[in-house]
Amino acid sequence: MKIAVCVKQVPDTAAQVVVENGQVSWGDAPLVINPWDEYAVEAALQKASDLGGSVTVISMGAENETEALKHALAMGCNEAALISDPALEDADNAAAAHALAAAIKKAEAELVFFGKQAVDTDTGMLPGQTARVLGWPAVTLVAAIQELNPDMIKVERATEEGRQVVESKLPAVVSIVKDYGEPRYPSFMGIRKAARAEIPVWSTADLGVEAPAAVVKWAALSSPPKKDIETEMIEGADAGEIAEVLADKIMAEKVL
Amino acid sequence: MTNKIWVYIDHFKGAALPASWEAVGAGLTLANDLGGGVTALVFGEGVADLGQQAFHYGADEVMLADDPTLLDYRSEPYAGLLAKLAGDSAPDVILFPTTSRGRELAGMAAVDLKSGVLVDVTALEVEGGAILATRPIYAGKLFAKVGCSAKPELITLRGRAFAKPEPDETRSGTLTEVEAVLSEDEIAVKVLDYVQADGGVSLTDAAVIVSGGRGVSNNPNLEPPGDLDEDGQEIWRAQEGFKLVGELAKVLGAAVGASRAAVDAGYIPYANQVGQTGKVVGPDVYIACGISGAIQHLAGMRTSKMIVAINKDPDAPIFKLARFGVVGDLHEIVPALTAALGEKLGK
Ligand SMILES: Cc1cc2nc3c(=O)[nH]c(=O)nc-3n(C[C@H](O)[C@H](O)[C@H](O)COP(=O)(O)OP(=O)(O)OC[C@H]3O[C@@H](n4cnc5c(N)ncnc54)[C@H](O)[C@@H]3O)c2cc1C
Ligand SMILES: Nc1ncnc2c1ncn2[C@@H]1O[C@H](COP(=O)(O)O)[C@@H](O)[C@H]1O
Repeated sequence: MKIAVCVKQVPDTAAQVVVENGQVSWGDAPLVINPWDEYAVEAALQKASDLGGSVTVISMGAENETEALKHALAMGCNEAALISDPALEDADNAAAAHALAAAIKKAEAELVFFGKQAVDTDTGMLPGQTARVLGWPAVTLVAAIQELNPDMIKVERATEEGRQVVESKLPAVVSIVKDYGEPRYPSFMGIRKAARAEIPVWSTADLGVEAPAAVVKWAALSSPPKKDIETEMIEGADAGEIAEVLADKIMAEKVL
Repeated sequence: MTNKIWVYIDHFKGAALPASWEAVGAGLTLANDLGGGVTALVFGEGVADLGQQAFHYGADEVMLADDPTLLDYRSEPYAGLLAKLAGDSAPDVILFPTTSRGRELAGMAAVDLKSGVLVDVTALEVEGGAILATRPIYAGKLFAKVGCSAKPELITLRGRAFAKPEPDETRSGTLTEVEAVLSEDEIAVKVLDYVQADGGVSLTDAAVIVSGGRGVSNNPNLEPPGDLDEDGQEIWRAQEGFKLVGELAKVLGAAVGASRAAVDAGYIPYANQVGQTGKVVGPDVYIACGISGAIQHLAGMRTSKMIVAINKDPDAPIFKLARFGVVGDLHEIVPALTAALGEKLGK
């Protein structure tokens, strides 16, 4: 079975992110694979090895944004493709979903894995939206895959209220959450192979799509208002005394 | 439907999530500026009562789809139905709570409706008839103001960011029943089973959260059972420590949270993780016990109204965000605080 996995390149989560001249800036923080997507790559690799299939990793971004793809290749993905086109520069989620859907088709995948959410834009829209564009079911927030064969997938979903077991026909879009299990580290061999890999770039013309114009518009960016927090350290002779003072102070704030 | 503002009522087995009523409240505020009232959408099976509750919270119209295919939320029949209703009646705005269902449904319906979603919004304003939404990005390190140029605008609202209206049981309105759009054999996904999590207060709805970090295992005075290996002993110590955290939470009616270090070390399930790759929470009070305050943890709780930190290390970064701090051993401070607050709260 041909499997695809979609990954995004994002600034490291430890980066100090600020607004500079109206643009987002993360200084010289490294760009990495979206942490959620490592779980998706892990799931894709495991299932490809169970079923005897191959994994194509797909990312949409600027022309030089290949770090996430290289990380996924180093983890063991067979092929990579970068979707990049000036026409997609201002793409909103729906436009991105159209581009990803076309790339998934081009990769001839019948099962595609996504992460839960991108840690930069924090929307969590693309798994469902891409499925909708493809006309495939979306099986999201998957914590465990119980069964998978060329016709169906049976999974446990991690929802707010507990674990839901669902079964779906294939082809399908699956998003993976952290409960799935720790992603593997890239191997030495993998890193060397990834460094040498020639990653094809797919334009909208190559994909035969015209992504819809963006309707979600970014009007302004700002840093969060500085909260003036005056920290009061509570001291006392022993734990009992400290707790008594702290409890009084908390009660006085009338928040409980 | 005559109203231009719709609100999707997310529920689990007929019990609405509190954020659904907060969304009704936000819808009523928008209606003040944009005119008309609020229409609530209730999908499910045997959920007519939710329609009545929506009236109590302030909706004046309810669209109710009551059908066996809608018993459990599934994206295909739900998104198909929502897109059909919105396509027919052309509302201007559809609000959702930012739950996992709300997020997915909004996104998928938006594709059908050729519109966009403003996701996990914390504030709404109306400027010259257009809606401008504020949403945190980069895990709350920045705020973006966003708008949508197509209609309907789909907007998901972060839990606890908008006030829940007071319900009034004397209120009622017009209820319209609508039909499901897919039959069971047209739906690819089947729900087979459900294992409900062990109750407790939900982190994202909680007004008070008590969280534990790696420090929770650091109590050398405890003697673990002899047959455990080193990791086992650490986990055993941590679980004893989390009992203290849990007791404080119980007295406060609070949810229990954790840092990723505590989750990764196996002290507590991932469902309890707060932070960038866990749950994003915004309680009135957040009590951090033995948590250093790494940037990825702060990302998940920095909007808490009041933070209390208990940590051995006076230089722990968490103190910078704390209103009150205690430098000390959590294994002594937490039980003492449980006793003191318990007494003051009459518990
Ligand atoms: C991609 C990525 C995503 C991440 N996502 C998250 C996330 O979602 N949530 C998250 O929390 N972290 C996340 N992290 C991890 C984060 O960077 C920190 O490693 C983690 O938050 C540390 O947890 P901690 O504070 O419990 O542990 P530590 O940093 O080890 O801190 C333990 C604290 O306990 C104190 N202590 C020890 N003993 C006691 C005692 N007896 N009494 C009182 N205090 C004591 C110590 O002084 C110390 O400050 C992420 C990291 C990465 C790279
Ligand atoms: N630019 C992108 N290229 C490829 N996949 C992406 C991209 N953006 C998001 N994704 C995938 O969609 C998931 C959800 O992202 P989002 O909807 O942007 O929060 C991510 O975890 C990725 O798997």
